[in-house]
Amino acid sequence: MNKILRKVELVKDIWEMVIESPNVAKKGKAGQFVIVMPEEKGERVPLTIANSDAQKGTVTLIFMVVGTSTRKLAKVKEGTDIYAFIGPLGHASEIKNFGTCVMVAGGVGTAPIYPIAKALKAAGNRVITIQGARTKDLLFWVDMMRSVSDEHIITTDDGTFGRKGLVTEPLKELLEKDTEKKIGNIYGIGPAIMMKFVAKTTKPFGVHTIVSLNSIMVDGTGMCGGCRVAVGGKTMFTCVDGPEFDGHLVDWDLLMARHKIYCTEEKCSLDKYVKECGL
Amino acid sequence: MAPVDRKKKTPMPEQEPLVRAHNFKEVPLGYTPEMAQQEAARCLSCKKPQCVTGCPVNVNIPEFIQLITKGEYLASARKIKETNALPAVCGRVCPQESQCESKCVLGKKGEPVAIGRLERFVADFERNSGKIEMPQKAPPNGKKVAVVGSGPSGLTLAGDLVLLGYDVTMFEAFHKPGGVLMYGIPEFRLPKEIVEKEVDYLINLGAKLELNQIIGQTITVDELFQMGYNAIYVGVGAGLPHFMNIPGENLGGIYSANEYLTRSNLMKAYLFPEYDTPVVKGKNVAVIGGGNVAMDSARTALRLGADHVYIVYRRGRDELPARAEEAHHAEQEGVIFKLLNNPLEYIGDERGMVKAMKVQEMELGEPDASGRRKPVPKPGSEYMMDIDLAIIAIGAGANPLLTKNTPGLELNKHGYIIADDCGKTKKEAVWAGGDIVTGMATVIAAMGAGKKSAQAIHEYLSKK
Repeated sequence: MNKILRKVELVKDIWEMVIESPNVAKKGKAGQFVIVMPEEKGERVPLTIANSDAQKGTVTLIFMVVGTSTRKLAKVKEGTDIYAFIGPLGHASEIKNFGTCVMVAGGVGTAPIYPIAKALKAAGNRVITIQGARTKDLLFWVDMMRSVSDEHIITTDDGTFGRKGLVTEPLKELLEKDTEKKIGNIYGIGPAIMMKFVAKTTKPFGVHTIVSLNSIMVDGTGMCGGCRVAVGGKTMFTCVDGPEFDGHLVDWDLLMARHKIYCTEEKCSLDKYVKECGL
Repeated sequence: MAPVDRKKKTPMPEQEPLVRAHNFKEVPLGYTPEMAQQEAARCLSCKKPQCVTGCPVNVNIPEFIQLITKGEYLASARKIKETNALPAVCGRVCPQESQCESKCVLGKKGEPVAIGRLERFVADFERNSGKIEMPQKAPPNGKKVAVVGSGPSGLTLAGDLVLLGYDVTMFEAFHKPGGVLMYGIPEFRLPKEIVEKEVDYLINLGAKLELNQIIGQTITVDELFQMGYNAIYVGVGAGLPHFMNIPGENLGGIYSANEYLTRSNLMKAYLFPEYDTPVVKGKNVAVIGGGNVAMDSARTALRLGADHVYIVYRRGRDELPARAEEAHHAEQEGVIFKLLNNPLEYIGDERGMVKAMKVQEMELGEPDASGRRKPVPKPGSEYMMDIDLAIIAIGAGANPLLTKNTPGLELNKHGYIIADDCGKTKKEAVWAGGDIVTGMATVIAAMGAGKKSAQAIHEYLSKK
């Protein structure tokens, strides 16, 4: 159970991991997440399902190496079992024909947005994808995103590939051009700051904008409340009430402040890890 | 041996308060055989023992105590295990003062027999002897029972049904079994090694355990039936923490007790950075609430290096829901009780971490629906407290993760499962017990529920 069938570094520090988990593969839907633990002493890390194959019984996860836990995850060997793999958790994305949907993916956010785009496309939507990265070498799953998109726009911050600039620029142009109001839904998934600006960009146009939040969690089942966020002035738990919320209602400053609660401990942990295991 | 003192319990040695407040080792050290002998000699072996009626799992108390007086400690442990699969746990966390010991005849003129301490002694003796004997099991009857949750009620039920010949599988959402015994109760009150040993005993007895399975998500209850289970017991606990919904409650450094204790106990944040999960360590800590969970949180905060830990409780001392012993232990260790105080608001620093709490003093008014005098705010009494960590321990509600995906299961208006005295729910072949039925209660109450449902499931499946 939970055997790592394949593990590959797609681009620098971004890993793809295919895990054998028939139950999660069968049940997991676009928008849901799993919790993984690299080892007994490790943290419980929430990761959104990036792809799954019910027939093969496999689930694909993508993660970026940032701190101790993700370094440990990247070190778990192919062919071995991951210590713990729990899911699917959270609500699935609502999939129906909204007309045109714009998928805005920032960095590693490409991974969770892919299955949603795929499902929306299959449901008859016209899918426009805006895929952004800092630089050309950090772009991944470009062909996969293209395969589920009617229109595919790539941006890089430094202009090394596609359009130079941020994802919000083509997004704004699409909305300005959309005089017939065909865009029914916009999805923004990526770093919190990027999602905040996606929501800010779409707000004046009044188009429903869904974001998938990446709060710090422990259990992922509603038991601890560590992942609480304020949405429309109400406290919600990302794990059981989300992870998708209306981007126009999310208190972004609170989310970002809560991301930094453990910055001192994260540094301490990483320093220890690097000292013991190297980079 | 000292002459028998019918008035007073034999004291149990403990770590000194100011020493133990800085370590996670167990607080009470347990009886020596001599102490156990001395205490057991106090028991009058009543013909009609009242103590047994006070025990939710009907431990044969006089008999196990008599075996101690004869020095037959292993036999004594086995006597308890006839009806209680988790004696080392119960000897530590049961509220004996309101159960078995409250019924002891000696209690009328002095202190009751220290039944809990004796139970703990024989359970520890057996475990440390390594001579754990497996009781007689009925031959396999080919029927399968699924137990959702491996907390106290699920473990008890599994233990009983395995002995009766059932093929029992426990499904646990976490990566470790034990439920609240692992994530909730701290190491210094219930060492995790003991929980692991008690679970190992059940596994050796033949119970199966599937970790990391969230029933209702990974597999539904109806799918368990399709997989061939003949009956299902739901003992998932309460597990949806309450907050007060006051301003600033989402600041960093404010936890639900569930999160604080889960980080420290299950994820072992008290051993950070050896373990990767961190927990905010406060210097000035406010714990909101007055129950056992609040005491556990306060005492954990002390051990994690706090200078000042306050229990902030809106009612008075007489209303504290915590066991007297827990409140006493906390006070001995230096926890400061701010009774008749209630938080109004939290104030954060520029990083979004809590730095102060606005508090209001309360006074007791007329009795409320619970029969306790209702706390009412004292006008003009607001003041500020500097804190850098707050833990909200005001209880938990029903977690809907399983119930919302289980058609046919009827719930009350608070989301708890409706079940009869034996735990039978409105859904065919499904029983439930523990906190998901009663709301937050004790370990032993959950075990009692597991025991009743085990019997009911046995009766139901015997007819099939």
